[in-house]
Order: sequence, then structure tokens, then C-alpha cells
Amino acid sequence: MVHIDTGHNFEETIQYRDEMVQRIGEKLIIGSVQQSINEGKVIEQTGKNASRNALQTVTLLDTILAHGFDACIGGARRDEEKARAKERIFSVRDEFGQWDPKRQRPELWSIYNGKIHKGENVRVFPISNWTELDVWNYIRREKIALPSIYFAHQRDCITRNGQLMAASPFLNMDDEDVVTNRKVRFRTVGDMSCTAAVESEADQIDDIIAEISASKISERGARMDDKVSEAAMEDRKKGGYF
Amino acid sequence: MSKARYYECSFPHADNTQEQKDMNILKFFTAGSVDDGKSTLIGRLLYDTDSILADQLEALQHANRKNDDGTLDLAILTDGLRAEREQGITIDVAYKYFQTQKRKFIIADTPGHIQYTRNMVTGASTANLAIILIDARNGVIEQTIRHSYLVSLLEIKHIVVCINKMDMVGYSETVFNAIIEKYKALAQNLALKNVTYIPVSALKGDNIVLPSTTMQWYQGESLLHFLEQVEVDTQDKNAPARMPVQWVIRPQTDELHDYRGYAGRVLSGTFNVNDQITVLPANISSTISRIEFFNEDLKEAYAGQSVIIHLKDNIDISRGDTLVNSARLPTESKRIEADLCWMDTRALDSSITYLIQHNSKISKCKIDEIIYKVDINTLEKAAADDFKLNDIGRVVLKTAEALAIDVYGNNKANGSAILIDSRTNLTVGALMFRAID
Repeated sequence: MVHIDTGHNFEETIQYRDEMVQRIGEKLIIGSVQQSINEGKVIEQTGKNASRNALQTVTLLDTILAHGFDACIGGARRDEEKARAKERIFSVRDEFGQWDPKRQRPELWSIYNGKIHKGENVRVFPISNWTELDVWNYIRREKIALPSIYFAHQRDCITRNGQLMAASPFLNMDDEDVVTNRKVRFRTVGDMSCTAAVESEADQIDDIIAEISASKISERGARMDDKVSEAAMEDRKKGGYF
Repeated sequence: MSKARYYECSFPHADNTQEQKDMNILKFFTAGSVDDGKSTLIGRLLYDTDSILADQLEALQHANRKNDDGTLDLAILTDGLRAEREQGITIDVAYKYFQTQKRKFIIADTPGHIQYTRNMVTGASTANLAIILIDARNGVIEQTIRHSYLVSLLEIKHIVVCINKMDMVGYSETVFNAIIEKYKALAQNLALKNVTYIPVSALKGDNIVLPSTTMQWYQGESLLHFLEQVEVDTQDKNAPARMPVQWVIRPQTDELHDYRGYAGRVLSGTFNVNDQITVLPANISSTISRIEFFNEDLKEAYAGQSVIIHLKDNIDISRGDTLVNSARLPTESKRIEADLCWMDTRALDSSITYLIQHNSKISKCKIDEIIYKVDINTLEKAAADDFKLNDIGRVVLKTAEALAIDVYGNNKANGSAILIDSRTNLTVGALMFRAID
């Protein structure tokens, strides 16, 4: 199991990760963005909207290279984002981790071509065709444990670019940022610096499923990293992002 | 800080879960071009079923691309790549998801241009139904023939011909009927069955989700209503039972000393406990003693389920072998006639050895003979000695190892394969097996 740790994760994410590793007895490999910064491979962003989201691609590619992984399995889904909607289930990346959307291998029936050259890797997305609702129904059916941040809880937040962000040392906050305590949950979880919360009373799985079914906002509507430009995800994937 | 949460199953969720499980999925693809209003049609389906969310709509407004009449251009919902938005065309297949009370839908939005035929074939290969778009002003054109040919080649069982832009021809019943007559001749020529015709205006919303108020002469269903009701055999339980073995599970621990199970995903048909099966290529038979599905035992396993099968006898089986129903054996052959769709910019070279991937088995192979090539715009067959990007035709393959195959028409899952160029590792061809020597 590999985790690219930006160092700006939610505490609950890290705790969940560690518990899971222990429970299934898997080996955990951590690629540290902090280490990449220390080694001078990437430079920390500055300013109010600074985030480590973009930096983690370098750490990811270094980790893949260091361990010689030829396949990396991830949970990305096509319903999340319009560039993801274009990606194959077996997504071949060159030695720089780059996705070339104009030259994807044809993917027919359920036959997957996993042949690659040395140095290349395949990103594999087995649940490409699931929707957010499918995931939550599956969690309910299989009674899967989740980090508590997916359920409604009280949290100190500030409003940034129209989004509710968890107040944390990883956000560059100033006097203009007013901290309010609100009942929120997270629909998608990434870095604390780029994941926004949604106001919610849903503290039970059934309530969450009801909330998502009625929602008028998409799951990744709370991801600041997707909003940099209209092609934010496409550009990151071309750069090696998962 | 709060802890990881293990919620208990104290809630009465059984009913909902059942509902979710039983709700089947219809996967369809759309053939047409932007000019025919293909992306507008998809956008309209999503928009009128309330499947476009506020932030996506906001992004849409932000992009500020408008139709001539000032309404939002819904095409950019599906054109996910910068190059597509710039050029206003679909280059590669995009998948969109929505659901109604009746069904879940997966739309493969495929490109219509001849240049991207391979991408259309990719999107169509997994579809249960095809929507063919015709511009009412133009009727059946070369592109319609090409798209319909691909539908017949891939043997898509249901076809909806949407005659679009009815608003541009005064919602004329005469125009609609004339196009149907022309298409019927094409359908007969291609042996297409289950064809439904619907007059629509994707731009105005007529007969997409809601019935048209302007075309009173049309008594049929709206497109969405039809898609909700159409019966598709997604599991194909009656296909011959096949399961390629992915993994042999033999822990050899004290506790599980005699445990020996064969794990894999059922490719087609149904396996039952006590069925007599044959292991290929060894050609040894045994009987199924047990079927495990994660932590429960099943009486039957059907296509799509990942299971562990136990046999009454100890047989030498390894990854790449196939378990099949003994009463309905596939054909084992090294010489196969197949339809080939060429998908690489590098042309077919009969002198080199390719790899053929059939399920989990990979063998060396050569193209022994090109029987004919089809002009996909006119459907004429002609002898050929070259095979270039997007060419389609009939070939004879010679494989290094015998493959246990079915004919595509009888069992798509075991009647298809891909060709890989071992120099580039690219997928260069799609194969549909037609006959076996």
C-alpha cells in the first residue's frame, strides 16, 4: 500500500490509514512531500491559496520509480470529473508518468492490455464505472469502516473563495479570515489545504446516501484543486498525477 | 480528536440494498457527430433528468459557449479534453452516468468522425444498445451507413434511430417516414434487428425525456422512456459457461491442508454445483463440488461474478487455463477466421509476429491471409493487401498456441480478442471470431 503524504492530511485520514494497514497486515510505503521539499526537488508554494496538491506528483513519480512499480491501482472514477471521464481503466503512463489523452490505447470488451516497456507504468482504475452513490451503497452493504470526517461533526471553519475550509495550521490564514464553528462533513478527502467541507447534518450512512441523492452539487465541487482552470485535471494527469 | 468509525448495522437497510442490487444498468453509446447534435442530445438527456449539478452548470455558464439561439451549449458537458473543446469535436469516448427511478445508465459518448473510428469501436464494444443519430435535413448519409455497419459488426442487439433536428424540418411526419424507409433498406442489408425510430429535437427537448407537444402524429415513446423500458440481456445467462482461471488457491497450511480452489471471474454463462466441466487445454473433465463467493457458498455462479470453484478431482490446473461446461465445449484452434478492425497508425505487417490476447491468455500470432476489406462507407467488399488505421475486414489468423474460442455471435465474451504489437505494446487490432477451421 502506498500513500503519498503531503504532510497536510487530516489527522483522521492518517489514523484511518494506520489502522487499516494494521488490520490487513499490509506493508505501508509512504512517499513524503515534505522530504521532496527538503531535498529541493519541489518548492513550497506561497501566498494565501498555497497548496501542496501540485507538488505531490513529483513525490508520486519518485516513489513509483524507487520501488519499480509497474502497476498502481487507484480508486478514481469517471463520474468525478470530465477529464477522468475520458481515461481508460488501464491508463498507460510513460516514464515521466504522463497521460497522453490523444493517444490512449483502445480498450475493448473487458480485455485489458497490460503490456508496458521498462520504466513505464499503468494506472489501473477498477471502479471507473462506479458513481458516488454506488460507492456509498457499497459501503453500506458491506459495512465498511470509514474515517469519521465523512460524517457530520462540529468543526472550526473559514470561508475561502466561497468554500468552507477547515481551519488548520496548513492554511495561510490572516485577519480577514473569520473562524466559525459549524456542523460539516467531507464528501471528498484530500489535502486540508484543498478540500472543502459541506454543511451537513448527515451523521448516519442512510442520511449521507439521502443527502447525496438529493444534492445539487457534484462531489468534486468541493475540490479547490479542480478549479484552477477548466482543464485543471487534464493538465495534472498529463503531468503524471493519478 | 475523533476516531475512525465502524458503524454498526443497526439500521434497517436490507430493503434499500436489495433495490440497489436489482436496479439494472443499461449501457448505450451514441453514434453521430456534433453536427447531428449528438452532444446536445446527451446534454439534453442529462439536463432534463436533473442529472447536471449546480457547480457543473456554473462551469458551463462560465465557459460561455452558446448556441445560435442563445441557449447553453450542452456539448461541453461531455467534451472533457481541451482539444475537444477547442475544435468542437469529440476525439475519444467519454463516459457519463445518470439514473432514473427505473434504471441506471452509462452513456459512452463516442466520436463520429471517420478518423476516430477506433474510439467508437472502443465505446461500442461494451454497449447493450446503440443510438444512431440522423439529421432530419440530411437523412441517411455516408456516416449513417458507417455507424450502422459498426453496430452490425459488434452485434449490438438494440438500435434506436433518433431522427434529430425535427424542428428544422417543420416537425414533418413525411420527412420522418421517408428517412425510416431509407434506413429500413440499410437495416435489412446489414441484418440489423430490433430497430426503433424516434423523431426528436435535442435542442428543443422534443421526445428526449418528455413527449413532444408539437409532433402529435408520433404515437411512440420518448427516448428516455424507451431506454428505461427496453429489455436487455446484460448477463446472458444462456451463453455457454466459461471461466478463465486467474489464480490457483492452495494455502497448504495445517488448517487448510486439502484446500484447492480455482479463482476467476465467470466470463460467460452459468456454472452450477454438480455441473460437469472440462479443463482446457488439458481436456480433462471433473465435477464442480463447491462454489465460493467471498465468504458465502453459492449454488450457481454467473457471468461477472468473481468466484472460487472447487472440483471433485485433483487436476493439474494453472493460470490461463479455462474451465468450461462439458456439454457445450468451445472450439480449440490455431487457425481462426475473424473480422479485424485495425487501430494503429502503423499499418498491418503480415510478415511480423503479433501477440493475440484472448481473455487471460496471450499467444504469438500472424495474419495469414486478408480475405477482404470492407469499404465502410459503401459496404463494398474488396480484396486487399494492406490494412491501415480504421480499416475493417475479414482475415485468417494463425496462432502459436491453440485458443479455446467461441464464435462472436454465440458468445461475445469468448469470441473476441485484441492484437498487440510487441514492438510498441500498443493495442493495434480488435478481433471478432467468425469461423474456425
